[in-house]
Amino acid sequence: MKPVLARFATLLFALALPLAAMAIEALPFADRAEELRFQNLARQLRCLVCQNESLADSSADLASDLRQEVFEQMRSGKSDDEIKRYLTERYSDFVLYDPPLHGGTAVLWFGPLAVLVVGALVITVIVRRRARAAAGVADSPAEDEWS
Amino acid sequence: MNARLLPLAGFLLLVALLGFGIVLMGSRTMNEVPSPLIDKPAPAFDLPLLADPARSFGSRELAGTPYLLNVFASWCFACLDEHPLLMTEAKKLGVPLVGFNYKDDADDAKRWLARFGDPYTIVITDRDGRVAIDFGVYGAPESFLVDGNGIIRYKRIGAITPAVLANEIKPRLEAMAKESR
Repeated sequence: MKPVLARFATLLFALALPLAAMAIEALPFADRAEELRFQNLARQLRCLVCQNESLADSSADLASDLRQEVFEQMRSGKSDDEIKRYLTERYSDFVLYDPPLHGGTAVLWFGPLAVLVVGALVITVIVRRRARAAAGVADSPAEDEWS
Repeated sequence: MNARLLPLAGFLLLVALLGFGIVLMGSRTMNEVPSPLIDKPAPAFDLPLLADPARSFGSRELAGTPYLLNVFASWCFACLDEHPLLMTEAKKLGVPLVGFNYKDDADDAKRWLARFGDPYTIVITDRDGRVAIDFGVYGAPESFLVDGNGIIRYKRIGAITPAVLANEIKPRLEAMAKESR
C-alpha cells in the first residue's frame, strides 16, 4: 500500500511542477541586475485584479500584461519613477503599495501615530491617577497598587 | 467609577472600528480602483474592427462625437448581466455605443454577439489589451462615457444596471447634449 501511495505522491508532485513554473512567465532579462531591478519594481506595484497581490506575484492576465509593459518601458530606458507615473496616470495611486503622502492619505500615514499618542496619554492619566489614589490612602502601603 | 468604564469604552471603540471596516469592505466602492482619467482626455486609440480586421476605427473617427464605450468579452460572465439592458437601451441613448472587445478571440466574440444579440453601433477589438491599459481597464465589463471634446466624463466599473443607467449615465448624457447646443 505504502509504495503505491508514495508513487502516487511523486506523480502528483511531478504533475504540479510545470503548473508552478507556468504561473508567472519568464521575461527575457539581459542580466541579473535588470532582473533584480524589475523584481524590486514589480513588488512595489499592486495587481488591480487580485488586490492583495503584488504585480510580481500575481498570475492574473492583466498582471502579466502590466509586467510586460513595465519590462518594455525599462528596456526603453525609462526610470522607475517614470514607469510608476505611467501606471498611476491610468490606475491611480491604488497601483502603488507605498502610497504617496497627500491630503487623502494623511490618515493612513499619521493615523497609527495618533492612536499611539492617544494610547500613551490614556496610560499616563491612569497611572498618575492610581499613584495619587495610592498616596491618598495613607494607611495602606503601595502593594495595593495592582488590586 | 470612571476608570472602570474605560476598558468598556475601549472595547466599544474597537467594535465600532471593526464594524466600520466590515461595512466598508462590504460596499463595492472599496474594491473599485478610482479612475484618475475622469475629466481627462480619453487616450488616443486606433483598433481593428471585429467585423473586418483589415479596417480600423478609433479616436480620430470619433472626434467631435460623444459616445459610450463598453468593454466586453465573450469570456466575461458579468457582461451577460448588463447585456439585455444594452440590447433594449442602446438605441435610446442618442450616442453611439462603441463595443470594446477586450482580450478576446474574434470568433468567440462573433459567436457571442450572434447568440445574445449585438447592441453595438460598432465593435473594435483589443486582442492584447494594450489600449485597455491606457484606459485603466482592469476587468470587464467597464464603461466609459466620453463627451464631444473627447473628455471622459464618467466610468462605470462592473455591469450597467437600470439604476446606473437612469441615475448616472442618462443625466450626464442630457448635460452633455445641453452643453453642445
